[in-house]
Amino acid sequence: MSKNIKFLGLLLTLIIIFIILLKGLNVSKDYSNEKLKSKIDFSLNAKKLFSNEIINISDLFDKNSPSVVNIWASWCAPCREEHQFLMKLKDMNINIIGINYKDSPKNAKNFLSSLGNPYSEVITDNDGTKSIEFGAIGVPETFIISGKTNEIIKKYIGPLTSENLIEIKNLLEKNA
Amino acid sequence: MSNYLGNYSLYIALVASVYLIFKSYFDANSENKYLNKNFILITSIQTIMITVSFFSLVAAFVTSDFSNETVFNNSHTLKPLFYKVSGTWGNHEGSLLLWLLVLSIFLLIFLLNSRSQDTKYKLLTILFQQIIISGFLVFILLTSNPFKMLYPIPTEGLGLNPILQDPALAIHPPILYLGYVGTSIIFSASLASMISGNIGDKWARHIKKWVLVSWVFLTIGILLGSIWAYYELGWGGFWFWDPVENVSLMPWFCLTALLHTVIVLQKRNSFKEWTIILSITTFSLSMSGTFLVRSGILNSIHTFANDPSRGLYILSFLFILILMSILIFFFNQNKISNTAKENFILSKETAILVNNWFMMFFLSVVLVGTIYPIFLEVLNGSKISVGPPFYHNLLIPFLIPFLIFMSFGPSLKWIKDKLKKFNYNILIIFLVSLLISYVILTKTENSFLLSIPLIVLSIYLLLVTTKDFFVSKSSISQKISHFGFSLLITSILLNGLFSNEFNSNMKVGDERIFNDKFVKLKEVNVKDVDNYKSLKASFEVTNKNSSFTLYPEVRIYQQPLTITSEADIKTTLFSDNFLVFNILKDDGYYNVRYQYKPLMIWIWISTIFIGFGGLLSVIRKNEQKY
Repeated sequence: MSKNIKFLGLLLTLIIIFIILLKGLNVSKDYSNEKLKSKIDFSLNAKKLFSNEIINISDLFDKNSPSVVNIWASWCAPCREEHQFLMKLKDMNINIIGINYKDSPKNAKNFLSSLGNPYSEVITDNDGTKSIEFGAIGVPETFIISGKTNEIIKKYIGPLTSENLIEIKNLLEKNA
Repeated sequence: MSNYLGNYSLYIALVASVYLIFKSYFDANSENKYLNKNFILITSIQTIMITVSFFSLVAAFVTSDFSNETVFNNSHTLKPLFYKVSGTWGNHEGSLLLWLLVLSIFLLIFLLNSRSQDTKYKLLTILFQQIIISGFLVFILLTSNPFKMLYPIPTEGLGLNPILQDPALAIHPPILYLGYVGTSIIFSASLASMISGNIGDKWARHIKKWVLVSWVFLTIGILLGSIWAYYELGWGGFWFWDPVENVSLMPWFCLTALLHTVIVLQKRNSFKEWTIILSITTFSLSMSGTFLVRSGILNSIHTFANDPSRGLYILSFLFILILMSILIFFFNQNKISNTAKENFILSKETAILVNNWFMMFFLSVVLVGTIYPIFLEVLNGSKISVGPPFYHNLLIPFLIPFLIFMSFGPSLKWIKDKLKKFNYNILIIFLVSLLISYVILTKTENSFLLSIPLIVLSIYLLLVTTKDFFVSKSSISQKISHFGFSLLITSILLNGLFSNEFNSNMKVGDERIFNDKFVKLKEVNVKDVDNYKSLKASFEVTNKNSSFTLYPEVRIYQQPLTITSEADIKTTLFSDNFLVFNILKDDGYYNVRYQYKPLMIWIWISTIFIGFGGLLSVIRKNEQKY
């Protein structure tokens, strides 16, 4: 291969990489309200943690009322702190769907058996892709999703606090 | 006051930078024999100005001057002094200022240290280094000025994040930056030597010091980051393959390859072009690291608040530098005198080449794992996340040939080596390591197929590198680093094989059996401390012949209500015992997690060995002999 072709090839590769990274910069990582209205893709399939049964995500959601989705992992320290608040939500008769993020099923089950299971259903997310579909950037995150329109109503990044509990309850009632 | 001082010093430094760029460009084209004295003078002035600017930011942090926006966002009057100072570089603006400071100091040291070098070469190095410095100066002044003023002046700052208040985290970024910035000198110098045509053994001896220094700082910087993750995140892991961690690992692979290649250049005067390519790549990777971390393009736990204009600037700057270096490389390629000598398959040159292949392979795996999610998202909008399984599947199998090569490669002779007569020592060492591995592997029920050759080979390599201390003629620094590396691999493998944990609910007085240990919850002391309530438990861990007590703690903060768990770790030479507990409901039960992690401390110690070998090589003058 002559020197010029090598040079042009390298140059072209560089330009392509530059353009891709430039576009990557503009991919919005902004979680403002408009962005939150984005819909969840309900056609995804997922595996249940306890029964290993494969289901469609839409089956988890109640069509007539909003649901709470919580992304967690047994290895995540803030999830452990937040857990007590999830248990309180459960005591308030609120349905929570759990997404177990990049975790070993054994550790996840240990976690729930020792700290209590606040979830009505837990689906596994071995490779993190389902959580990313929800627009999560880490664990823990909590979403309130409308069953009617599949839209995200509210999103909490990081562990829930006691103030959030009342807010969640109010939001659920308002959107019911 | 300090705001103005810091701000205007940066402008003066920029003027100096622009002057030096033009002056060095024109002087390099004339045939001056000596370096004009003004260069060192003006570079010193520039360094002093940037130092003044940096310390006025430190002063603003120490005095909690909240008229400064950076201080307001990242500090608090109640922070201990140590963390006020380290807060200076714990944020985007301050860390860039630190980058800049190190850049200019390194250039000054370079100038003072290379008096015997060719003038044109020095001028060109100044030129390239000043282009980088001015790029950073403009970046700081335009998009990330640390001296923005706030009015009215707030009475209290915002930052008091306890997770970031950790000694390892406080010194980790500066050390890592010393490594990153060191690669900028290698970059400028290799471009300069390309143009002035002085690449050869003499240049290799001169640049090797910079390669070693950057490599030592990078190694220690990565180590400190890993220690922080282990103790502060407290999940028993020391490497998470997080993109931000990978970004520091990539230049390390490249620099390790360069470190070996530059020795070939020094001894045999070959691999010239490859040395230049590695120098350019190493610096590009360090810069890309800055881009990836600072632009917020990555999804990572470490991600900072992002600002697209910053990302755009760094990206353009990075590509201009890469483009410039490629142009220089292609148009000066013919200046490289072809002194390549015949290479024999069985020689040290080949061994180092093989080392380079492996380093490039490891580098590409990490690069793909880090960059691929970004590319995929742009190209077809799907989001994926690459986790540890990807890296483990691709890297672990290749460790096997790598370990084999490393056991004999370093002891080969230059130019041409002969297949020796069958060596009984090697056979004995191999049999011993088989025996040790057999004993080790019978103790675990791990059924991972690759773990058998990996354990055998890592122990074999450990024995060989130990033996080398007594028989091999290679330099002591190489022996230490290679021994450290084999110790690191062995510790990581054994740690991975034998780590285990148990999880149980206990109340005061309960006792559980874990492996051969008894874990007893003796008592829980409740105490009110400052702004939180503390529950300090004492767990007695009894073994056949020893016993110790661990004191993990749970803290309940009231405003706002947050509960944090502080693990207690008992570190011995053989293992770490890690215990953390949590409050369940109010029925007196606590959730207890106990982890046993063997040889944890050896992962840190072996990395220190690796770095120490490099350090020794920098200090020792007579290293050239080998």
